Amino acid sequence: MSDTASGTPTKPSLPEPETAREWLATMTLIRRFEERAGEMYARAKVGGFLHLAIGEEATIVGGARALREQDYLVATYRSHGNAIARGTPPERVMAELFGKVDGCSKGHGGSMHMFDAQRRFMGGYGIVGGNLPIAAGIALACDQRGTDEVTLCTFGDGASNQGTFGETLNLAALWRLPVVFMLINNQFGMGTSLARHSAVTDLRRKGESLGVLGVRCDGMDVLDTHNVVSRALARVREERHPLLVEAVTYRFRGHSMADPEDYRTKEEVAQWRERDPIPAFSDLLEREGMLTVEQREQLDREAIARVDEAVDFAERSPFPEPHQLYEDVYVLDEQVHGHYHADDESHARRLADATVGSPPLGGRSQ
Amino acid sequence: MSELRYRDALKLALKEELSRDENVILMGEDIGVFGVAFKGTAGLLEEFGERRVRDTPISENTIVGMGVGAAMVGLRPVVELMTVNFALLAFDQIVNHAAHIHYMFGGQARVPLVVRMPQGAGHQLGPTHSHSFESLFLHVPGLLVATPATPADARGLLKAAIRDENPVIFIEHESLYGVRGELDEADERPLPFGLARVAREGGDVTIVAVSRMALTAERAAELLSAEHGIEAEVIDPRTLRPLDLDTILASVAKTNRCLVVEEGWPHGGVGANLAALISEQAFDDLDAPVTRVSGADVPMPYSKPLEEIAFPREADIVSAVLGVSGVAEASR
Repeated sequence: MSDTASGTPTKPSLPEPETAREWLATMTLIRRFEERAGEMYARAKVGGFLHLAIGEEATIVGGARALREQDYLVATYRSHGNAIARGTPPERVMAELFGKVDGCSKGHGGSMHMFDAQRRFMGGYGIVGGNLPIAAGIALACDQRGTDEVTLCTFGDGASNQGTFGETLNLAALWRLPVVFMLINNQFGMGTSLARHSAVTDLRRKGESLGVLGVRCDGMDVLDTHNVVSRALARVREERHPLLVEAVTYRFRGHSMADPEDYRTKEEVAQWRERDPIPAFSDLLEREGMLTVEQREQLDREAIARVDEAVDFAERSPFPEPHQLYEDVYVLDEQVHGHYHADDESHARRLADATVGSPPLGGRSQ
Repeated sequence: MSELRYRDALKLALKEELSRDENVILMGEDIGVFGVAFKGTAGLLEEFGERRVRDTPISENTIVGMGVGAAMVGLRPVVELMTVNFALLAFDQIVNHAAHIHYMFGGQARVPLVVRMPQGAGHQLGPTHSHSFESLFLHVPGLLVATPATPADARGLLKAAIRDENPVIFIEHESLYGVRGELDEADERPLPFGLARVAREGGDVTIVAVSRMALTAERAAELLSAEHGIEAEVIDPRTLRPLDLDTILASVAKTNRCLVVEEGWPHGGVGANLAALISEQAFDDLDAPVTRVSGADVPMPYSKPLEEIAFPREADIVSAVLGVSGVAEASR
């Protein structure tokens, strides 16, 4: 892959067989998870918006596996897979989609707002471009403390048009912050194609005038993605200066579940599906003698079983109790003064009147 | 006790907190080398260094957002926006991120961030540079809102804001920076949020006044006493969220009349909010409707004579108190 920031391109070598199979297993798990989430949405088990990352698994796993445990990952509203890749149990992610108390955000966040502090997955964010300053702030804190922790911030091609893109890249370069901005170029900002939303379509170069050099990786190839992101992270850690990585990929499904996909042809989607990152990597591992046909099938069966467990768990987990409506709005000491909510009186009534246990999903028929 | 200006009291608080906790950092436009438009941070760069007192580019949304991210992993950033007017550029980070992160991530992350900025009219800066926005921030669950009016409150509340685990919108006032007030420099305790200050005691009418208006109301109360024999109780809530409603209700139970004074616009303002709360919770105590004195419901004009009548003065408060006391016609 062309590489304007790191000198000569290098051809990535495969990792140890066990590692390679783990990458494949995680990509497969994310794929099966997303497919099932889509089904659950169709069955009204999941409310709101649902943005699936089917087709983008190599960017998720290639990026996450380039991080160390102590590094931070910041993602977008399309982040079920990022959480899973970072180690969040699929049960917790599915329960969040179901709006249950055992969801990773206790049912307060939903599909767009996954989080796992313990695994340094610092969130899915619902506002396009809103996560960039936050990632830079995390990097600032790491730098301020003199640690070698780095932050990987993912965002889409659409977000590269937000003000925060320019503001954050400029400031991160100015302050030499240890952050890699990973631009997941899936070719569309919602339904607007790259050429129709960005004057500069060579997105790897979009940070150059802000002092952030860019490299590109093949986002349909987990090996290339892992290689390029790993090198970018190592450089950032060493040189104390941010970099941009553009991962060229494609989402096979619509922007969200409510997307008629009138803005692209079936042929275009079919062409990209031929480069599906999961069969591509499976084939490579088979060719290299790292994966047998049996292992390949076994791995898929395990992913499906794991997702079955996640759905069972999410089904069994209770909905939040009414009193949880007011939980975690504020961090309160034992000794506080004054009223933190304007509706202290009426909310007590609201809770007393609430039916415990089975609130309906807002606005959607079951 | 010593006498300090409001700006120096704020700087004292910053200095004390920077010294006390190495996680405290300051970020803002021209707070270091230039020493800020209002000189509130002069000297701190020299004392604490450029890693802890950081001049930023003019990128309000990103400065606040970086403060959010840094706060989420343990720093205690104090982000200074040059004025409240520019906070509008940072509203996404303030509302969608700072205010909601603790809730939307199920309590896993905290945002101990302070965003401080001055507000207010009176310097002929026209429509874009004269806002009073406490009610915009008050509207948002997840934020705390402080509006100190005196040097002692400015110092104590800023220290409490920096130590608070929640995001705090800390609203200063451009016209207060030069105002002097007494404070005990040796007393480094923060002033807890949610405790109103009774600026003046009186039994005839309660005046709740926010930010700079607390001082305007005190002066109006002296006029009312001297010229009309009306003794007003002046209450400065000091923090709007949390709100010390109990102190206000206790005063209304005593005076049976209430006036709310703010510099911002009337629709959806602090006065509208307090009028609703007081009417709901103390209706039987009231001998007259809760009355509001607010900024004029127009963009702030530039021309001096127009600006003079666009935000509340002592005479407006006196007149409104006479009205709520039922003596307006007689005395005019």
